[in-house]
Amino acid sequence: MNPIATLGHYTLETLREIGRVAIFAAKGLKSCFVPPFFWREIFRQIMQIGFYSLPIVGLTAFFAGVVIALQTYVGFTRFNAEGAVATVVLITITRELGPVFAGLMVAGRVSSSIAAELGAMKVSEQIDALMTLRVDPYKFLVAPRIIAGTLMLPILVLICDIIGIMGGFLISVTRLEFSIGTYLAQTMNNFVMMDLVSGLVKAAFFGFTLVVFGCYYGFNSELGARGVGNATTNAVVFACICIFILNSLLTALFFGI
Amino acid sequence: MSNIVFDNVKKSFDSGLQVLRGISLTVDKGESHIILGRSGCGKSVLLKCLLSIFELTDGDIFVDGISVKDKKRRGEYMRKFSILFQGNALFDSMTILENAMFGVKQLGKKNAECKRIAVEKLEAVGLDESVFDLYPAEISGGMQKRAALARAIAIEPEILLFDEPTSGLDPITGGMICNLLRDTVRKLNVTALTITHDLKVAEFLADRASVLNDGNIVWTGHTKDMKNCGNEFVEDFYRASNVILDNKLR
Ligand SMILES: Nc1ncnc2c1ncn2[C@@H]1O[C@H](COP(=O)(O)OP(=O)(O)O)[C@@H](O)[C@H]1O
Ligand SMILES: [Mg+2]
Repeated sequence: MNPIATLGHYTLETLREIGRVAIFAAKGLKSCFVPPFFWREIFRQIMQIGFYSLPIVGLTAFFAGVVIALQTYVGFTRFNAEGAVATVVLITITRELGPVFAGLMVAGRVSSSIAAELGAMKVSEQIDALMTLRVDPYKFLVAPRIIAGTLMLPILVLICDIIGIMGGFLISVTRLEFSIGTYLAQTMNNFVMMDLVSGLVKAAFFGFTLVVFGCYYGFNSELGARGVGNATTNAVVFACICIFILNSLLTALFFGI
Repeated sequence: MSNIVFDNVKKSFDSGLQVLRGISLTVDKGESHIILGRSGCGKSVLLKCLLSIFELTDGDIFVDGISVKDKKRRGEYMRKFSILFQGNALFDSMTILENAMFGVKQLGKKNAECKRIAVEKLEAVGLDESVFDLYPAEISGGMQKRAALARAIAIEPEILLFDEPTSGLDPITGGMICNLLRDTVRKLNVTALTITHDLKVAEFLADRASVLNDGNIVWTGHTKDMKNCGNEFVEDFYRASNVILDNKLR
């Protein structure tokens, strides 16, 4: 085998796949704005994607806050800068870790289950059945999930931010000899609206992305149990990669680097 | 009632597999037509071409003169059909009643009206109230088939399509479903197209049958003429359908 030809083949195939996902995303996005709207499905997905993700996402955020506080404290005491712990917790959580952790956790939970559910529906001809009953599968299956993902991720991240900051606060005042008053004052004084907003906007993008990957791989799952398994894995892996790439792009965009 | 015309339909897949090699066939208004063929010969693919789930590689399909390729009349084209899928394809996140109501709801009727129609159809196919609130996974295969039929007829199609209606059912249940299908087709006065590998089903349901082999229709006629039709494959198929059990038992 010619290695250059192989490389070229994979590059082309990757580009083609990106194109297909982009077309799928555009079609899905369009179907969110064209009636009919399936309100019951939208509500169901808001519960599935948003509400039921709250426990794992909240838990992750809490421990992220705890760890950041502990580590920065250890590092910063070397320079007598422990006063900055509250600020570091605040900024890293709102800007980066809140949205990224929530995005990854929800990708693990939701992209996989969407891919598996839609894959199974495809295999058992339920998606074909939708079409013959005059329902556009994009409107019935994709649009409610995109709407739910894009709306709920920012809300999840907002809650996550609060829980994460609380985690940092609790460990700092119980284990690290901070006084409640100073820690809270520092947090308040260094709060910048833009940090929070940038995180929430990122979250909306992540929510959209992780749903699109779940739906795309579900819809294109090959027939049979193995096909559905592969679809699930691909959905999570590519959703996570895409979240990291998007995160870098959006960070550069927001903070003008 | 509607008629269906397949005009030199060809279908190949990206893998290079050429499944249909030029199917030409007319199903008349009000006829119950059967397409017979071995497993994997492309019967389901033909049905999915008709439903525009697959795009044709070549040729055309007309239903009452409307082409499957005519994007502008797509809605009108699709409204003519209803299909009973091989695996039933009931929505497993919905109850039996919700499944039966699903298609009717899309027609813009009020909820109470949808429910009345759905209940009427479910009762017509022999299901009673006790299963209405169960999920598809909670009822037997025969009942699932009935529920899927109720969902299919609730939208009042002009053409009913049946994909392997008895596969996966025991002979008694299969026979009952066959009876139900025949009665339904007669009562609703629709055009019916059934695909099956089972000659018994064909003999029972069909006015006329077509035999699909190697991507072509090799014979069309009445099932009772199959035995001595002159086509080697069709005669083999006929004989095998009748002796296969005896050979195995011996
Ligand atoms: N989506 C698809 N992509 C590629 N090949 C397919 C697809 N669907 C069916 N085939 C192939 O077409 C052939 C006919 O399948 P099918 O119509 O399901 O057979 P049957 O007559 O038993 O219903 C099979 O060889 C199958 O592998
Ligand atoms: Mg089949």
